[in-house]
Amino acid sequence: MNRSQHIFGSGLVFAVGIWVAWISYTQQPAEAFLFPRLIASVFVVLAGWTFGKAVLGLSKVGSGVSRTMFLNMVPGVAVMLIYVFLAAKALGFYTATAIAFFILLSIYDPAPHSEAKTWIKRALTTAVFVAVMYGLFALLLSVYTPREILF
Amino acid sequence: MDFIFYFGDVFSPLSFLLLLGGTIGGLILGATPGLSPTMAVALLIPFTFHLEAVQGLILLGAAYTSTVAGGAVSAILLKIPGAPANIATTLDGHQMAKQGKGAKALQLSFLASAVGGIFGVLLLIFLTPLLAEWALAFGPSHLFWLAILGVTVIGSLDSASVVKGLLSGCIGLWLATIGFDDIMGAQRFIFHPSLGGGINIIAALIGLFAIPQVLTMFAKGRRTTGAEVIEVQKHSVLDATKELIRRPLALGIGTITGSIIGLIPGVGGQIAGLVAYDQTKKFSSEKEKFGKGHSEGVIAAEAANNAMVGPSLVPLLTLSIPGSPTAAVLLGGLLIHGIFPGSDLFDNHPDVAWTFINSMLVGQVLMCLFGLYVAGLAARVAQVPQSVMAAIVLALSVFGAYSVQSSMGDVYVMACLGIGMYFLERFGFSAAPLVLGLILGPIAESNFIQGGMIADATVGRASYFLSGGLNIFLIAVVVASVAYSAWMELRSRRYTTKEEAQA
Repeated sequence: MNRSQHIFGSGLVFAVGIWVAWISYTQQPAEAFLFPRLIASVFVVLAGWTFGKAVLGLSKVGSGVSRTMFLNMVPGVAVMLIYVFLAAKALGFYTATAIAFFILLSIYDPAPHSEAKTWIKRALTTAVFVAVMYGLFALLLSVYTPREILF
Repeated sequence: MDFIFYFGDVFSPLSFLLLLGGTIGGLILGATPGLSPTMAVALLIPFTFHLEAVQGLILLGAAYTSTVAGGAVSAILLKIPGAPANIATTLDGHQMAKQGKGAKALQLSFLASAVGGIFGVLLLIFLTPLLAEWALAFGPSHLFWLAILGVTVIGSLDSASVVKGLLSGCIGLWLATIGFDDIMGAQRFIFHPSLGGGINIIAALIGLFAIPQVLTMFAKGRRTTGAEVIEVQKHSVLDATKELIRRPLALGIGTITGSIIGLIPGVGGQIAGLVAYDQTKKFSSEKEKFGKGHSEGVIAAEAANNAMVGPSLVPLLTLSIPGSPTAAVLLGGLLIHGIFPGSDLFDNHPDVAWTFINSMLVGQVLMCLFGLYVAGLAARVAQVPQSVMAAIVLALSVFGAYSVQSSMGDVYVMACLGIGMYFLERFGFSAAPLVLGLILGPIAESNFIQGGMIADATVGRASYFLSGGLNIFLIAVVVASVAYSAWMELRSRRYTTKEEAQA
């Protein structure tokens, strides 16, 4: 795997470790941070070791993210982030789920985009899935989810 | 023999219905590549909120047992192991299917799974009360070391890199400290309002196990499963049973190997299946047939991966130390119902403990009965495009995380942890020790604080935590597990380097 990816990944973990240690050793009351200090100390040592190995090019475990994988993932992650952080609350869970589900199928479904049959199948799959989710969570489990538009 | 008194409770209408549903659903989920038993159980937890503790556990236990067995369906018919535990099954199972013996391979796999699984659960029944009794003698220092042991054993044995495994455990322990401190009420690491109440274990479990799978499916892009389902011809179950009886060596080695490996925390079904397969091959008089569609290969692998299910719960139910990631998820399922494993479970909630264990025994029989009928359907489900699976798992994760406390904060935490875990996994970190740290963190901290108070009033901290037979034994096991894993890692690396040099 790309050495710079290892350096970036382990560097980020090391930075988090240092931040945790800094908070643990500086915040008050000290008694509340006794256990976090213990963890933070081990955390920093292990993260430093991992980072050092990455810098020296000795990291062997982990295959990283290839360019193809990353490019494949980007649209899905974007839909997921919008769905989770914006749409679910703004549009309501079921509406947002239907839209996100349909978009994800459209992006990743290997069936040809040029056929009308494919789109009908995707729309039907989405409708059935959302109906099942509604039956399961709203009717069976009585989970009240945010409902802004439609249902 | 307490378990006999609670045997009838398994057959109450709702409990039996859940057992049946969990078994059939688990078989189908298990056959679906990409849906691991751990993830299936994690996604099911939100459905147990509205159930009694025992009913919730029956559902989760049935799903755990049958997803492991269901993985054999896609291993045999599609050559895609439903779960890592079924890798060894693929070797001979798919060859048998290609030779037109798919039904026989499936029948043998479910029959062997049932025999191995029942033996494993019997081990759980007879070992658990003894260990739970022993756990009564544990004080805060021992419980602290036990929690650390749980994290380090999984961290070192379950990861490709010992340092990264232990680091994952540390990250989990740190995540467990986020929120308000129980004793002083101080805010710790609350850098976003969503973290005010700490990290909810169930939301975290869903995020850590389900979201990386979703992203893995996204990363594959627009791709079909590419696997053709091999049609299953009819085969007599009686003949398959006779074949199983004719192969006692494979069945015995598989069952015993799986049971022993299941008792060791951190060593999963994948290892159990492969070790049993390898040992059976060594002792078999028909060595040359292995890998070419030999029934002994399927029997050994499937008996082993199901035999490890029961024993893997022994450390969880007695010492609160989950022996596997799925056991860690089950611990989450227990904790949300306010039930703490160990002697408390057997003294104060014997109905929950024994009905759950008994249900796993009955579940093995149901799995065997229904497995053969569901196999065809399960193989079709396994062909569902990954795009659909990814979208389904994502939506279930969002609804599941939200339904824990009707909080969007939990959904955000679930998504962030999941995305973070995906990238950590790509860099060689592992979810299992992180989850263990998250679950065992509060146990470790409360006992560390409590032990500290006792120590300050008596012998001093160093002496309290580092002396005494049991403390020294636990510390020795922690050190030994780390040292053993480090040695194995160095050995395999040296071996790889030597091979690379020769190449």
